[in-house]
Amino acid sequence: MNGNMDSIFKALSDSTRRLILDELSERNELTLYELTARLIMKHDLSISRQAIAKHLAVLEDAGLVISKRQGKYRVIIFNNEPLKNLLDRWVD
Amino acid sequence: MDIIVTSIFVEDQDKALNFYTETLGFVKKHDVPAGGARWITVVSPNEQNGTELLLEPNGHPAAKEYQEKLFADGIPVTMFGVEAIQEEYERLLKNGVTFTMKPTDMGDITLAVFDDTCGNLIQIIQQ
Repeated sequence: MNGNMDSIFKALSDSTRRLILDELSERNELTLYELTARLIMKHDLSISRQAIAKHLAVLEDAGLVISKRQGKYRVIIFNNEPLKNLLDRWVD
Repeated sequence: MDIIVTSIFVEDQDKALNFYTETLGFVKKHDVPAGGARWITVVSPNEQNGTELLLEPNGHPAAKEYQEKLFADGIPVTMFGVEAIQEEYERLLKNGVTFTMKPTDMGDITLAVFDDTCGNLIQIIQQ
């Protein structure tokens, strides 16, 4: 659990990754292209698709996003399960 | 210098011609034998002397790989302009077209992405 907590906090420590989670929580599932378009056009980020893929790998490592194949394309899905009870021992 | 033809790879030329004319509403401009395949182009009904879209066979392994890898990441191969994207989206949905991205407002423009059933994703855009 502790190793996983480290990877969750690492994933959340970056503002771009938090923005990715914002977008995913709004839409539930996105293709890599749609996520890229939203970050670049909607949020005016200057970021490459490769950089977004790296951020997604960190989020995936923390269990916060899941990538799933849907027919001929892949979608990225937000998984908020690891965030539940994350701060319980300090907040309760 | 003018851009007279732009091309997309298609799995099956007949199926592609049907989809691009019947479903999308483009107009067939050329359809002539060319080697083992045909030289098939379509044009916009509003600009029949404008840029032609060539429906090119994807027989080369590199073409198939290019299509599959772009498709997997949801990346469109080209972009068409529409007057009213929401109406177009609903019309195409009724015709059984699958969208990987619903009409999405991006500030100055609205985008949507659909599957052309020939191996490509196509983006439509309302400016």
